[in-house]
This record gives sequence, structure tokens and C-alpha cells, in this order.
Amino acid sequence: MFRALADPNRRELLDRLHHRNGQTLAALCAGLAMSRQAVTKHLGILEGAHLVTTRREGREKLHFINPVPIYAIADRWIGKFERSRLAALADLKRTLEGDEHG
Amino acid sequence: MDSVHESRFVYVTFIRTTPERLWAALTDPVFIKRYWFGMHVETEWTAGSPWTLTFADGRVADAGEIVEVDPPRRIVIRWRNEWKPEMKAEGYSRCTMDLEELDGAVKLTLTHGIERAGSTFIEAVSGGWPKILSNLKSLLETGEVVLKP
Repeated sequence: MFRALADPNRRELLDRLHHRNGQTLAALCAGLAMSRQAVTKHLGILEGAHLVTTRREGREKLHFINPVPIYAIADRWIGKFERSRLAALADLKRTLEGDEHG
Repeated sequence: MDSVHESRFVYVTFIRTTPERLWAALTDPVFIKRYWFGMHVETEWTAGSPWTLTFADGRVADAGEIVEVDPPRRIVIRWRNEWKPEMKAEGYSRCTMDLEELDGAVKLTLTHGIERAGSTFIEAVSGGWPKILSNLKSLLETGEVVLKP
């Protein structure tokens, strides 16, 4: 996922989907300096990292941004920091209340 | 698709579990409360039955009905916000949960959309779902949620 996000072109594609979700390849290519082939390649990498998901509708393939893996990473690290902050507060409380054996 | 006539998002998460366990997690109100920030779901889980989502204090947040149930593969809910007038005025949205078994995991695809452009309701739920799905994944895989209510 981090490798997928490391490329500015791929971040731009995610920005475009964030701005307008559910776009076709042609719509995503419009106004971009990248070739259609390059966009296809980048979308493949984003899809492989589950940052983009696709739906086929009639003859069209629509691309949607999928932020769930980013939340999972945020959970992993923020959750950890929150736990250590809570532990620090518990320590502080014990110290202030004079219960060394807490 | 954010087009002239529709607002929609599609979220996907892969959970290391079985379709049956994920199905139970999506339909058991006691389990739902644990990953859905204390929200209470009430429904019979049969096509046509009413569906309500209430806050921990009992106020109704959202309501609608079950459109389709195909255990352990698919749930479709007709869904309307009930507590914010501007969102309620947008009418009914459609939320679909699709479960698909893949190499020892289950791919959960959540599609939520409404037939109107620039929906405030869809924008609001699009921010909430990733947290709920992330909690659900964590609860099924590790037995704990990361984000508490």
C-alpha cells in the first residue's frame, strides 16, 4: 500500500477519484499529462493495493477510491499511540494519588 | 458514481474469517454494537422487514427496510436518515453488502448510493463506513476493536 501511495501520479489519480468517485478510464485520463497506458498501469497498482476498486456496469468499468486500508493503518498506529497515552495517564494518576503499587 | 443523477461509493475490505462468521457479525445486534460505536440495529433480516438503526440513547438515527437477504452472500437495505431534516429530505439510499470467499479470507464489498447528485447523506456515511469496517475487521481477526465509541 505504501509503495502504491509513493508515486505522485497515483496520488493524483486517487485525488481525482476522491473529488469525483466512480469514473471510467477515459474520464480519468481526461486532462492528465499521462498516457492512457500509464494510467491503466497505475490504476492496476492501486487496485492491487486495494486503494481502488472497480465495478463493471454495462459496458463501462467504473473506478472507486477505497480508503478502508488507509483507515486500517491509521487504526494500527493511532490505536497504539492512544493506548500508550492512556497508560501514561494511568501512571500519572497513580503517581499523583500516591499509589505506587497501582 | 458522482454523476448528475447519483452519489455513490464502493468500499472493500478483506477479512480473515469465513463467510458464515462475517454474516453473523453483520446481522447480530449484540456483535454489531461492538464495532458500530454502540449503535443498535433492529430488523428480522428478511426481505421486506423494517430496519432501524438507533443511537445508544434510543433515538432513531436511520430507518428503512430490508430489500434482499441471501445468507451468507448478500444484504441490501433501503436506508434513510431520520434525524437530520436535510438528510431525511434526500430520501432513500441503497446499501448493499456483498460477501465473497477468497483464499481463506472474505472480501466484503459495501456499496452505498442514492439517486441524486452531491448527496450530503452519502458524504456523511462515506466518512463513517471506513471506521466501522476497520473495527469489524479488527474485531473478527483479533477479537478487539481499535476505535471505541
